[in-house]
Amino acid sequence: MPEVALDPAPERMAVAFARVLRRSGLEVPVGATLMFAEALGCVGLAGRSGVYWAARATMVNRPESIALFDRAFAVFWDQRAATGPDVVEMAPEEVIIALDVPGADDPGEADTDTTADAPVVTLRWSAREILRHRDFALYTPAEFAEARRLMDDLRLVGASRPSRRRKQSRVHRGTPDLRRTVRRSLRAGGEPVERAFLTTGERTRRLVLLLDVSGSMEPYARAFVRFLHAAVISRSRVEAFALGTRLTRVTRELASRDPDAAVLAAARRVVDWSGGTRLGDGVRRFNDEWGIRGLARGAVVVIFSDGWDRGAPEVLAEQMARLSRVAHRIVWVNPLKASPGYAPLAQGMAAALPYVDAFVEGHSLAALEELARVIAE
Amino acid sequence: MAPLVPDTVAEVSKGLADHEYLADDGLATSIFLALRLQRPLLLEGEAGVGKTEVAKVLARWTGGELVRLQCYEGIDSSQAVYEWDYSRQLLHLRAVEASHERVDEDELYSERFLVKRPLLRALAYEGTVPPVLLIDEIDRADDEFEAFLLEILSDWSISVPEIGVVRAEVPPVVVLTSNRTRDVHDALKRRCLYHWIAHPDFERELAIVRLRAPRVPELLARDVAAAAEALRGLELYKPPGVAETIDWAVALTTLGRARLDEAAVDATLGTILKYREDQERVRAHGLTDLVRDAMARGA
Repeated sequence: MPEVALDPAPERMAVAFARVLRRSGLEVPVGATLMFAEALGCVGLAGRSGVYWAARATMVNRPESIALFDRAFAVFWDQRAATGPDVVEMAPEEVIIALDVPGADDPGEADTDTTADAPVVTLRWSAREILRHRDFALYTPAEFAEARRLMDDLRLVGASRPSRRRKQSRVHRGTPDLRRTVRRSLRAGGEPVERAFLTTGERTRRLVLLLDVSGSMEPYARAFVRFLHAAVISRSRVEAFALGTRLTRVTRELASRDPDAAVLAAARRVVDWSGGTRLGDGVRRFNDEWGIRGLARGAVVVIFSDGWDRGAPEVLAEQMARLSRVAHRIVWVNPLKASPGYAPLAQGMAAALPYVDAFVEGHSLAALEELARVIAE
Repeated sequence: MAPLVPDTVAEVSKGLADHEYLADDGLATSIFLALRLQRPLLLEGEAGVGKTEVAKVLARWTGGELVRLQCYEGIDSSQAVYEWDYSRQLLHLRAVEASHERVDEDELYSERFLVKRPLLRALAYEGTVPPVLLIDEIDRADDEFEAFLLEILSDWSISVPEIGVVRAEVPPVVVLTSNRTRDVHDALKRRCLYHWIAHPDFERELAIVRLRAPRVPELLARDVAAAAEALRGLELYKPPGVAETIDWAVALTTLGRARLDEAAVDATLGTILKYREDQERVRAHGLTDLVRDAMARGA
């Protein structure tokens, strides 16, 4: 690495700007700040364009951050507050989802269960059994807290597929493994007596979770967010998105080990908890920005939605067709399916069904366990 | 020999332009910094905006060899770093055996039997000009490979157990590209400078068409660049990249057109739009309007 002489000015500027960026919500690792300071040493501090591009090359690492970065840079460089309609978009959105702080709502209720005469284990078990089949929409906050604990135990196993990565074979079949054969032949004085073979490995298919966060889904949203969280932290190759009036990738927020913080962070990014949704547009955005270019290829895609779509059903049908052409399987989780006499009358649901490989309920803990099984198929 | 460490951003822009690549300020600054700070440059952007081309033109400009590693799922060190030439090793063993000599293991694992793959070639180069290492479509490789790569890009060295550590005195110029089929790991991103290549604006795209396809008549080039710009505003599944614009301009020239017209657009739509749905959308939008607006914009 060449020594770049740093006068204190670029360093100070880099640190100050990093602080502005962090305040506006961008993640800036310390290494990036150092790299920016070094870069400033190369381009100089005089020109706006030079500083801008040096900062962008070192402190931005995904296109979604560019808009935020641009505004922060404008504030920083021009020493003026960004005004105008943009600010509205930047302000933290109102969060409608009610966060359940364990014990805060009904401190007494959880206790009454456990103070009964029967052994604690039995009681908890029976409570769990009732809870398992209860519709999420009917939960009390205390029950939800309990269900949340149960859901943290949920582990998802993914469907697998053959991998291009080969591994050593135990049997004498398959592709010859010349590397090991040569190694072994040295033992036999150069004679390849003992031959080694390779076999194909397996790897987990990617799991893509799309959660509809429109108003009609609100009774189930909390439970599904929990399910998504359990999925994201319990296995690799999972991606989660919130579908509303816009598409938001929430994998990173859900990946935090602290579920409460994760849910809060996810809720903060998702602004559509109670707006109506245009499901077709949402799936289209997913297809355009992520799915078709590779994220959904060969993946198991799970859509959590009641199928109420304010947009035209043809749009949803077209997008589902596109998705089904690249995905391995599409699983649709509709909590309304559990209602007696349910028929997929919602236009969106009817349009999407022909492209769905598995249609499941997901309205209760037991149903989510079933979903975990379907995903593993 | 071109200087490897440019003094100004303008020098980079000019160097690339001399080798038929028109970079905007952002890209030129990123390349300038990558060369000055000896950092890998991670390029992302829609397909067809010229990510891979950056590495090729850098190789032409710096005079370094272009070493390309195309990533794919399951790529491992035997395809990326080195492998032993097993069949030759086995033949050698037979020959040694036939002459009733003892097998010398060191000889079996000497450079003679070493097959160098791109990463090793990029570090163990000969001569004074470091090569340009293009790690193409890194998002197709898996996490394990990324972690491995991170090590090499931090230390500029590779350890081959049978031979020893190979280290590059002056690190190669490294360009990584990604199509964002998945997120590249943060640790790798932290090592790299990052640039998102956007579609060019009208003037730049026109300049690129002129440069890359000099046979295309001036008016047609203007029409095509304007039409491509308009198509990108139509919310298509796959908006055309610069590569498609150039192909389209060449196709129209080959058909003997000097300006855009509806019949020619209809016949050549497949060179610029690669989805049936996109073609239908554009036809529904109206080819007449597209041609008229493009000619007005281009003039």
